[in-house]
Amino acid sequence: MLHIYILLPFLAALLIGLVAKKVYRIHTGWFVLPVPVVLFILFISKLPTLAEGKIVQSIANWIPSLDIQLSFYLDGLSMLFSLLITGIGSLVVLYSIYYLSKKEQLVHFYVYLLLFMGSMLGVVLSDNVFVLYTFWEFTSISSFLLIGFWFYRERSTYGAQKSMLVTVFGGLSMLGALILLSIAAETNSIREMIANRSEIIESDLFIPILLLLLIGAFTKSAQFPFHSWLPDAMEAPTPVSAYLHSATMVKAGIYLVARFSLIFSGTDVFFIIVSGVGLITLCLGSILASRQTDLKGILAYSTISQLGMIMTMLGFGNGIATLAAIFHIFNHATFKGSLFMIAGIVDHETGTRDIRRLGGLYTYMPISATLAFFGAFSMAGVPLPIFNGFLSKEMFFDSSLKLEQTIGFAGAFAEWIPLLAVIGSIFTFVYSMYLVFGTFTGKAKLDQLEKKPHEAPIGMLISPLILIGFVVLIGLLPNLINESILAPAVASVTGDLAFTHLAFWHGFDNTPLHMSLVVVAVGTILALTLKRWQPIYNRVPGKFSTDRIYQSIVNGLLHFSSKLTKFYMTGSLRLYTSIILIFLVVSTSIFIYVTDGFKISFDDLAPVTWPEVLVGLVMAVAAIATIWMTQRIAAIIVIGVVGYGLSLLFVFFRAPDLALTQLIVETITVALFLLCFAHLPKLQKSDKKPSEKLVDFVIAVSTGALLTIVAISAHSSKYFESISKYFVDNSYKLGGGDNIVNVILVDFRGLDTLFEIAVLGLAALGIIAMIKYRDKGDMNQ
Amino acid sequence: MEILMSILAGTLFAAGVYLILQKQLLKIVLGTALLSHGAHLFILTMGKLNRGKPPILLEGVKNYTDPLPQALILTSIVISFGVTSFLLVLAYRTYQSNKTDMMDQLRGTDDE
Repeated sequence: MLHIYILLPFLAALLIGLVAKKVYRIHTGWFVLPVPVVLFILFISKLPTLAEGKIVQSIANWIPSLDIQLSFYLDGLSMLFSLLITGIGSLVVLYSIYYLSKKEQLVHFYVYLLLFMGSMLGVVLSDNVFVLYTFWEFTSISSFLLIGFWFYRERSTYGAQKSMLVTVFGGLSMLGALILLSIAAETNSIREMIANRSEIIESDLFIPILLLLLIGAFTKSAQFPFHSWLPDAMEAPTPVSAYLHSATMVKAGIYLVARFSLIFSGTDVFFIIVSGVGLITLCLGSILASRQTDLKGILAYSTISQLGMIMTMLGFGNGIATLAAIFHIFNHATFKGSLFMIAGIVDHETGTRDIRRLGGLYTYMPISATLAFFGAFSMAGVPLPIFNGFLSKEMFFDSSLKLEQTIGFAGAFAEWIPLLAVIGSIFTFVYSMYLVFGTFTGKAKLDQLEKKPHEAPIGMLISPLILIGFVVLIGLLPNLINESILAPAVASVTGDLAFTHLAFWHGFDNTPLHMSLVVVAVGTILALTLKRWQPIYNRVPGKFSTDRIYQSIVNGLLHFSSKLTKFYMTGSLRLYTSIILIFLVVSTSIFIYVTDGFKISFDDLAPVTWPEVLVGLVMAVAAIATIWMTQRIAAIIVIGVVGYGLSLLFVFFRAPDLALTQLIVETITVALFLLCFAHLPKLQKSDKKPSEKLVDFVIAVSTGALLTIVAISAHSSKYFESISKYFVDNSYKLGGGDNIVNVILVDFRGLDTLFEIAVLGLAALGIIAMIKYRDKGDMNQ
Repeated sequence: MEILMSILAGTLFAAGVYLILQKQLLKIVLGTALLSHGAHLFILTMGKLNRGKPPILLEGVKNYTDPLPQALILTSIVISFGVTSFLLVLAYRTYQSNKTDMMDQLRGTDDE
């Protein structure tokens, strides 16, 4: 069954183009809308099964030989994410119908969106790690396509490229982790890995696995120091930002950490890295958010910060923290999704998202403004129990306080956590207030707006309305989803199904509430004086921002690779030949040295006779003399001396056929040289510097010496007799000829000869073609 | 004798390589010719030199020089002849089209 669920969006993506081509009048989104709605209902219908503590699963073969199966299963954690993906997916599709005009390339948009939806479902439902990775990269690619939807804008392509580079970098390191994990656990299934937990933790690969996996999770979930792609991804259409970059895709990293926390949690490294990075991200994101001027920029940094908070709680790893994390995943999806949609509405109705040009919109857009107030107050965790964000933030404080009891070792670190949590929350409060009050209260600056603002169409308001409805509903009745959704999800992260009652109101006498009150008090002061201290941000140099680091890495890589390529790809043949020869000489020499390959034996040598030595000497002298020849005729003669000398040697060494051929070929070659040289310029004296000459000399001599050494060693270490006895014995018997060389050429090894003829023929044709056919530009000259 | 011939082949190689590293196209062609001479001598030396009669069957002769390297060299001579003549014509055409045969002036443009 689960296969069909995952396949459905992909199928719809295939078919949507056909439908859209046929029906022009209806917005394509209406045909897409049923897909997530149906899926949402289907997932809801599985809730009773999960509540009984069972799981839904289905398996199909994909690559059985590699133990890669399309095995999917639905437990509490997957259910929570599936509901978010399909539920918020439905609302986003509905919103996008009113947000995107029919002039846009809607088919592209919905195809990418459906691809994303299907792959995201694949990520959260996969049991096989490699299937998980496949869908993981699908989400990266579809996210890339969606961010670059308005591909004619430079910022969009920049943002798309950046998110692609960062998330694929993380995806690849995650693949490394998954491979190591499957080696350590000897299985590809996540559930079996969890069963083999002790083997993984005790293996030597544990630390690399953990680090690589967390890099994957941190890049996807925009954790420090990989967070800088998320603000740039805000160039995407707002429905995409609401869906991918607040509710679903950025939580894929959270999902990954939660999914594997049954293996890792409880280890010190996991706690320190995950909670540490989460806290840094929480504080950094919230501090940077109040610096932004773009509505979506504020929301992007706010998402970073909230994800950091969830990550921190997952790092704590105890029961209450996990429940708080799961609860906050749900809550964040509701209020952040609605806030993005409202930012989109503001953009849509006023023509700008710049908070400096906005203000006083409450009069013009009362419904949106009210929704935004609810969303932002929930995000800030204002201590009123009608906001779900408040409840999960209380639990966050609570779990950070109880940490010392559960994990004793990192005492010093753990003591600071509540303080950092409060600081992060204060700034969360500040930017939340900055966001809504800056946009909706104060004086309206109508002259700076492109359009006269007015309330959005009702269709656009439905989705944020539903989401805010959840914010309030869960705020008032937190136990509504507790038993059915949250408890099974916590059970699949921590391993035991312990039902915790979510308190609606803790009473006044508890520390978390006091922490919240501190947050509100300090936050209000800071928010009211925001204008005064905001310039501090300008004094902090941007030099150390991760954005700059990303830029310098990308630019540095491009610069370095172009330098490197230019260094050796100079276009000079001499350099290329030198590199090839030097490599040849060095590698062969090392090989000979290492294997002790040089041998010299005087046992089996032919006697030295004077005529041969004389001819050899003449050849050597002639060969060396060619280097200094400046006369063309002299050069040809000297080359001829070498060639004819060689044919003489062939005579001495009893190779009549070779001598004959060499004589003829040498004659023709000399004639050819003579023919060509008449048309070529004179030989010139080398104008090279002495140092260049020295290099050439060293290369030449070492190549020659290497060849000599190889020849001598090869000759001195013969391991078996030649096979030529067979040719001698059978030349007449089988080949019917006395001349053994000729019988070999045309009979025993006739194929060589066939293709040697082909080579000659091709050379001849090539020469004819070169001489006869010239391009027209040449003829005109 | 084989050791002397190995040294000679090495010398031919060294001279050929030195020529290939020069700037003038013509010298490079000359260098390839020297290289092929060196290679042929190398193959011949790798069989044994002067161990018997030429490889043409005669009554009563038992001992012949190794015919297999000779067949290989014969093939190689023809092929290197084909390549050398092609290179020569190529050099000729290059000079005609570009009015130079200096390698450092025959580089492609930067955009390639």
